[in-house]
Amino acid sequence: MRRLIILASVAALPFTLAACELSPKESYQNGYRGTGMNTVMVKASAIKDDVPAPPYDPPGTDGPRAGSIYQNLKVLGDVSDEQFNYTMAAITAWVAPAEGCNYCHNPANMASDELYTKVVARRMIQMTRELNSGWTDHVGQTGVTCWTCHRGQAVPTEHWTLPDDPAHKGIVRNKNGQNDPVSNSAYSSLPNAAVAQYLLGGTTAKAARVVSKDRFPSPANKTSTMETENTYAMMMHISQSLGVNCTYCHNAQSFQSWATSNPPRQTAWYGLDMVRAINFDYISPLASVFPAHRKGEMGDPFKANCATCHRGQNKPLGGYQMAKDYPALLRPAAGPAPVGMTPDPKAEQKAEAAAKAALAQ
Amino acid sequence: MARYQNIFTQVQLRTAPEMGVPLPVGDDPRIRDTTFVHLLGRIGQAQIGPVYLGWTGIASLIFGFIWFEIVGLNMLASVGWDPIQFVRQLPWLALEPPGPKYGFTPFVPLADGGWWIIAGFCLTTSVLLWWVRTYRRARALGMGTHVAWAFLSAIWLFLVLGFIRPFFMGSWAESVPFGIFPHLDWTAAFSIRYGNLFYNPFHCLSIAFLYGSTLLFAMHGATILAVGRYGGEREIEQITDRGTASERAALFWRWTMGFNATMESIHRWAWWFAVLTTLTGGIGILLTGTVVDNWYLWAQQHYYAPAYPDSGVVDPAGLGSVGQ
Repeated sequence: MRRLIILASVAALPFTLAACELSPKESYQNGYRGTGMNTVMVKASAIKDDVPAPPYDPPGTDGPRAGSIYQNLKVLGDVSDEQFNYTMAAITAWVAPAEGCNYCHNPANMASDELYTKVVARRMIQMTRELNSGWTDHVGQTGVTCWTCHRGQAVPTEHWTLPDDPAHKGIVRNKNGQNDPVSNSAYSSLPNAAVAQYLLGGTTAKAARVVSKDRFPSPANKTSTMETENTYAMMMHISQSLGVNCTYCHNAQSFQSWATSNPPRQTAWYGLDMVRAINFDYISPLASVFPAHRKGEMGDPFKANCATCHRGQNKPLGGYQMAKDYPALLRPAAGPAPVGMTPDPKAEQKAEAAAKAALAQ
Repeated sequence: MARYQNIFTQVQLRTAPEMGVPLPVGDDPRIRDTTFVHLLGRIGQAQIGPVYLGWTGIASLIFGFIWFEIVGLNMLASVGWDPIQFVRQLPWLALEPPGPKYGFTPFVPLADGGWWIIAGFCLTTSVLLWWVRTYRRARALGMGTHVAWAFLSAIWLFLVLGFIRPFFMGSWAESVPFGIFPHLDWTAAFSIRYGNLFYNPFHCLSIAFLYGSTLLFAMHGATILAVGRYGGEREIEQITDRGTASERAALFWRWTMGFNATMESIHRWAWWFAVLTTLTGGIGILLTGTVVDNWYLWAQQHYYAPAYPDSGVVDPAGLGSVGQ
């Protein structure tokens, strides 16, 4: 009996590993046989999220344009009055369900831009249109809505800011920009500034390519093992955000070779570019608009990464085509950034310096 | 009756401690205190001591302690001297080598990797002094120096990773951080950077010897335990005066696989497999980045990496793919 108890205790030891993923998985072959090309996914990740229903039956797109009825309409002026109100109601339910219209609008003067949230929301609507019309390489015909990121929260829960002062001197509270279990590095000890290097965008954007194109060492590729950890961290972030393993996109035989990779690798490649555009063109310039409590310790706004939309699913919302019910969000993006949010050059300089320092690590 | 085929040693001797042979002239005295520990006696010899420390042992322990303290205190500093966070985050914490901008200069600011260089020097000194100790103690006992040379093979791999390869690459940034997860992340990053280390033939050899070592260890351990009831654990006597234990063990393997090692040769097999694991491993690491930069492409050139059908996926950046 005693022996049995001991044996049972020993057999139960592995279950004390809290990090084990116990939910049921599914696995399928997604590449040439015998190459270990299997995708293992948590079953639940394929199930559709609870996508909120439209606020009411979608109205028609005919009738007078909203721009001829309301004041100070800079982005949504090109949709019908009915569509406009319908879209506003949906956005309220997606982004500020508790606060309501007054989260962005002054009830006494709905046209006023005095609340920063309205300025941000306008830019985000422009961004949503841009993503749906210009980034079909990544979002396909599924598209995105505010809900894809916001999920009923004013600030999407999955966001990132530039890591703590990278110019930190001395060893106290200095982890060299890594060895910190955060979601940007998939809770590994890999560099947590990696997401900043790849997703901040702009001219400093870094390509994730570290492997040489030739067999032998040459000056063409001087990437060190230490620098490679950044690419590794970025890939782990993607893997974690999408709830998939490496072989969803890559053939582990050669992470580099495209000809043995799977099509999702292309989608992901466009996705990296897309997130760069989101952060560089749409979110970072809002630094002067956001109040301090909506920014990180380096003074940069909360930015997007893969997890912001994907939330552990290879297709956000399980691939549900939510955007088709909101034609106002599917139209081409309108023009440049609206007046009233010209970035503060000082804030911009500060963010740029912080980004540069993060990249220098 | 005493039986030895159990995973525990079931019989322990309690008698006057065995004090060993006289030391050569000029050697430091042993620490003559001895004791018996029952629990240790279950897995090995119950007698503890006499220990021979000598100057190499003392110096090795001091350098090893300094290394341990430098690494530990750097980790503690990185969490702001918070002991709770130190324990919680310990697997993530590291002492990182200098970054690429410092090249291979020994003069690096302490906070930028200087501590790593000092810690690495102390650990290397400690390990080398311990090597001298294993060599000299074997000689003092009139033994061969097989243990020392096997240990040196492991030291070779250690030095290739942390010193010799960084020297040839001209950068400390190529070496391994001290830390639990960080050194594992380094390992994976190293393979990614150099196009998949599985296609490095010396890596293959090293793995073959590593797995072979465990296989041989299991086969040999099992064989000797199985003939323990005939005195098979007295292997040395069995080499010179082959008894029934040796006969049965040999016959067992001839019956099951047609061939058997001898009571002596099995130890040569085991020694070489173990030694070659780190010896070939070190060669493989040393060639990576210095001689070969992309092992996958190298393996394709040598018809060693198989070619699979093109998946039709193309590089969206338009830079073309490799290894076709």
